[in-house]
Amino acid sequence: MEFINNNLLMLILFTPLLGMTAVMLAPNNKGTIARIAFAFSLIPLLLTLYLWANYDFVAGGFQFEVNARWYPSVNAGFHLGVDGLSVPMVLLANLLVPLCILASFNVDRIRGFMALFFILQVGTLGVFLSLDLLLFFAFYEVGLVPMYFLINQWGSPKGKRELSRGRIVPAREYASFKFMIYTMAAGLGLLLAIQLIGITQGTFDLPTLYATWPTSNETFLNFASASTVKTVAFWAFFVAFAIKVPLFPFHTWLPDAHTEAPTAGSMILAGVLLKLGAYGFLRLVIPLFPEQSAAAAPIIALLGMLSIILAAYSAYGQTDFKRLVAYSSVNHMGFVVLGLAVVAWAAGNAVDPTTLALAGAGAVIQMFNHGLSAAAMFFLVGVVYERAHTRNLDELGGGIWQYAPIYGGMLIFSSMASLGLPGLNGFVGEFAIVRGSWPIFTFYTALSMIGLFMTGAYVLKGIRKVLHGPINPHWADHNMEMNVREIAVMAPLLVLMLLIGVWPASIANMINYAIVHLFG
Amino acid sequence: MNTTLLIWLIPVPPLISFLLIVLFANRTKALSHSIALTSVIMSWIMSWIVVFSAFAKGYYYGENPFHSYIHWLPTGTTYLDMGVAVDNLNSILLFFVPLCIVAIFLYSIGYSNFGKPVHDHDLPGTPPHHGVDPLYSRFFAFLSLFAGAMLTLTVADNLLLLFVGWEVMGLCSYLLIGFWYGREYDDPKATPPRIAAIKAFLTTRVADVMMLLGIAYLYSQAGTLNFHDIFFNEELMYDLTHNPSMIAGFTVANLIGLLLFIGTVGKSAQFPLHVWLPDAMEGPTPVSAMIHAAAMVSAGIYMIIRMFPIISAGGSHGPNPTMEIITFIGAFTALFGATIAIAQYDVKRVLAYSTISQLGFMVAALGMGAYVAATFHLMTHAFFKALLFMGSGSIIHGVEHGMHDVHEHIDPQDMRNMGGLKSRMPITYWTFLIGGLALSGFPFVTAGFWSKDEILGDAWAHHHYIVFTVLCIAAFLTAYYTMRQISLTFYGEPRTKSAEHAHENNWTMTLPLVVLSFFAIFAGFIGVHGEFPVLGQLFGNNPFEHWLVGALPKDMQPKPFTFTWFPVIMSIAVALGGLLVGYLVYGRNPLKSADQVDPVKKLLGPLWTMLENKYYVDEFYYAAFVKPAHWIGETLTFKIIDRGIIDGIIHFVASFFWKAGVGSAAVEQVAVDAPPDRMADGVRWTGDAMKYIQTGRIQNYLMYTVIAIALIGVLFGFLVAG
Repeated sequence: MEFINNNLLMLILFTPLLGMTAVMLAPNNKGTIARIAFAFSLIPLLLTLYLWANYDFVAGGFQFEVNARWYPSVNAGFHLGVDGLSVPMVLLANLLVPLCILASFNVDRIRGFMALFFILQVGTLGVFLSLDLLLFFAFYEVGLVPMYFLINQWGSPKGKRELSRGRIVPAREYASFKFMIYTMAAGLGLLLAIQLIGITQGTFDLPTLYATWPTSNETFLNFASASTVKTVAFWAFFVAFAIKVPLFPFHTWLPDAHTEAPTAGSMILAGVLLKLGAYGFLRLVIPLFPEQSAAAAPIIALLGMLSIILAAYSAYGQTDFKRLVAYSSVNHMGFVVLGLAVVAWAAGNAVDPTTLALAGAGAVIQMFNHGLSAAAMFFLVGVVYERAHTRNLDELGGGIWQYAPIYGGMLIFSSMASLGLPGLNGFVGEFAIVRGSWPIFTFYTALSMIGLFMTGAYVLKGIRKVLHGPINPHWADHNMEMNVREIAVMAPLLVLMLLIGVWPASIANMINYAIVHLFG
Repeated sequence: MNTTLLIWLIPVPPLISFLLIVLFANRTKALSHSIALTSVIMSWIMSWIVVFSAFAKGYYYGENPFHSYIHWLPTGTTYLDMGVAVDNLNSILLFFVPLCIVAIFLYSIGYSNFGKPVHDHDLPGTPPHHGVDPLYSRFFAFLSLFAGAMLTLTVADNLLLLFVGWEVMGLCSYLLIGFWYGREYDDPKATPPRIAAIKAFLTTRVADVMMLLGIAYLYSQAGTLNFHDIFFNEELMYDLTHNPSMIAGFTVANLIGLLLFIGTVGKSAQFPLHVWLPDAMEGPTPVSAMIHAAAMVSAGIYMIIRMFPIISAGGSHGPNPTMEIITFIGAFTALFGATIAIAQYDVKRVLAYSTISQLGFMVAALGMGAYVAATFHLMTHAFFKALLFMGSGSIIHGVEHGMHDVHEHIDPQDMRNMGGLKSRMPITYWTFLIGGLALSGFPFVTAGFWSKDEILGDAWAHHHYIVFTVLCIAAFLTAYYTMRQISLTFYGEPRTKSAEHAHENNWTMTLPLVVLSFFAIFAGFIGVHGEFPVLGQLFGNNPFEHWLVGALPKDMQPKPFTFTWFPVIMSIAVALGGLLVGYLVYGRNPLKSADQVDPVKKLLGPLWTMLENKYYVDEFYYAAFVKPAHWIGETLTFKIIDRGIIDGIIHFVASFFWKAGVGSAAVEQVAVDAPPDRMADGVRWTGDAMKYIQTGRIQNYLMYTVIAIALIGVLFGFLVAG
């Protein structure tokens, strides 16, 4: 116990590598590899539950810290720590990975797939746990590589993407390339900005920078004033995380990547990787650049609102079920951004503490909830794709509910969570954000309601085109119903959706304290 | 037992019933309905215990309601609390809602042909023709959830919990309207249930998102959503009703009230968001009773009655734009719905438009400040409209049995195919007659008369003469179309073989009709105006009003209006006049055959066609909103903005870098291929490049990464340990 307590974050961060090793050494049998991977993926989850139970959120602040020498020549340390913001994100990641693995028992070349998945997990967890800018960046990039290969190698093989002037290219190559280049281009700016901070401040340590950087007046190498440096660095951070969220107009990589990724890839991409962007805003952008954030808050809110509305319409216009769900991610993350905009605004303006807490906590709750519902939705799309070998809503043709009552029930449940039905999880975050942003960005909030309305439209369109309609003889000799393993993937997600919807304090207490602690 | 604990428990049994049926009982039909019925009976008993102990506690306990709450969501250093409370207002709902729900549940057993085996021809998701509904258990699960949501809404002590119940009911109505999701019609113009369900959900969602804004606005201004904490806080109420909002001419309370009222416009199917309700008739008939009488549409009216202190800006009678809008919408809808109802042939659609119109009466009443009359009409309407819907279901069911006996294929809901059912379905006839007379406002002996009279009297006493006139015309039309409906279905000779072979339904369907008829008559006597000659004193000087006003703070409580004879005479005249005209046109000379043209159609000509087509509102909405939404989604946001502009820029940038790269490579004499352009080639290049990295064997490149990361991991381990 003593050992676990002292090294909890190290264990959480690196136990996935145990899983990877086990998978690499496992006998060459698909079922065995899958089971081993699943068993090992439970270790980080158990450790995270232990972390959840032992994190003292009333006291707040960074706990379970680890601080080691790492890169002394530039004064970057291996500094890990968690607060009420990162614990829910770590939990989300470590909860979704076992479910993703459980969802992927049928992929081919399973050894490589599982191993990549564990590396992806390390990269993601590293971002949430890092308290050092350079370390943060390193993990941020680590996550990219496995994701690239997951899309490129295990993505849907048949997909074609039409470019301008009628050119057709293989969709998964296009999508993986776009994902990689886009994120790396953003990472480049991020790295430069981190260097700017590191050089002027002589450290990359985040808690130190929280205290010194926002008030620092040092000029950069005697030619750029502090405010110029800060503004440049702010926008570099902003663009990097805006792409990751993704925020309109940086979002077009997402529908491609999500649509082409394998089911588990989409689940983790929507469930966790998108949260890196929003997390970056809360962890880095707003605390490090309060003035600039406050000044940019109206722009952030505007882009959030545009994401909400335009993505909702685009989702409604899709014929590909998976792309519909992909656009719904942009739509939902738009609400997160609207909440973030309030927090940003509060960094430089007086805001009623209830409003700030609701907007900030609402954004984090929405991140968590979107992780659950988006993973569930992508999985359910995968279930029907695996059987019907098409995701085209018109080809599916409806009339599937008759064959698959359990599947239908779960799809409706998840869809309702996704459209923000009160009583399920999605509503909690959306309500808190709408309430939080109303007094600050009244006009944008009111316009966002168009998006909220269209959310209903596209969700019901999906249900109608898949489930409803006269019994469809085309699928009579397919076994459309879910099997036990697939039900097991969905069950924890459904339980959590209901639990958080009925009793949001179960996660909101920790998040609320964290927001008050960080921004209050 | 502790009363506040009981209040928490009221909505619980149906919710548990939903879970139990979905998870465990879904294969046993008898068990499913037993669980469901038991659960709502439990809720009913608990509700009545609470209600009667509230009555026993006496008047004016709105200041100190039964109340209990928990911390639901932390908000910084404070909490958003969720709780339950029962006061003078929702105790009235707790009186009639669970009763109607139990009746509907019992009725559903017979309606779904329980007891007969599933027939081979009946597929899931289509209406059963020969045997029990294949999805019988699911039906009771959805009904249970619906009941649980309605009861949650009823006992809620704050606007957010009310909204939770409100929206869950929206989901249930979606699921239940679309219950026969596999049904398809030959007529392409007909709306199949699955489309009707979406229409209902989305139309009400337009309103719900506005209501959400209203809730957010109220919450940010008041710091709480608890009804009691807002209405009984004088300082807060003063601020809300005096501070200007961002819209000129509206105070904060006005704007909040308006936003919330939009929620009601959707939920209670007021013009211009009424379009979903007639199509909601695609659901099984018990659902129509549930949605249009006992639960959902009542919820919309209940909400604005509940928020009356905000909407009326503290109960003052000064100029108030929100109240004027509400009155206008209500009165307009009352007339609008009634006019459409006179030209419908579908027995359920007549009732649907009648519901729209009656809800308009309530909305108009509330807009004029007639708090008591609106609530009273809400209650009596719930009884007689649930009765009428279930009666119409009984008629349809009877005709369907006739259809199967004689193997005829007709529309069993079309009144032209009926006639002469009076002798064949006597219980249905008499109970339907009672319900119909109550709806028409037949003087003195029906509940509908007393409640409608209160609305008209209030309008007259407060000098709303235009509204008074409009409502009188609507009331006349109501009596008229009710008599038309009764005549077409029950009187004359059967016009089809099916109607000839129709017969009465079993007790599970008729018993609820009888019980509700009792209330459709007697529920009116508790609200007779205190100054009404003889009867006023006889029935205890309007106990309903004395009870209800206790829900409001003392200075907002409306005074009873002064009794005058004119509105009473008008009310009697329009009711009897409408019934008489209806009888003269349709009852005295019944239609001879199903093909005979409606006699009024000749008279009204093109106006009739317009009414029959519901003023073409649906067609207008389709052209104005639905089609543009398709275009925006498919073309504007996706093809033009995302794929065209944004991706176009990205591809351009990508090709620029690619050309730059190729250019420099060419200089170095490295490039071998002809310079390709744009993204497509960029992608192909990636593919080529990958060949060398990947070597086609996933293990290889995986190993590189693995080794690297493992090394780093080990290194970290040492560093940390060191």
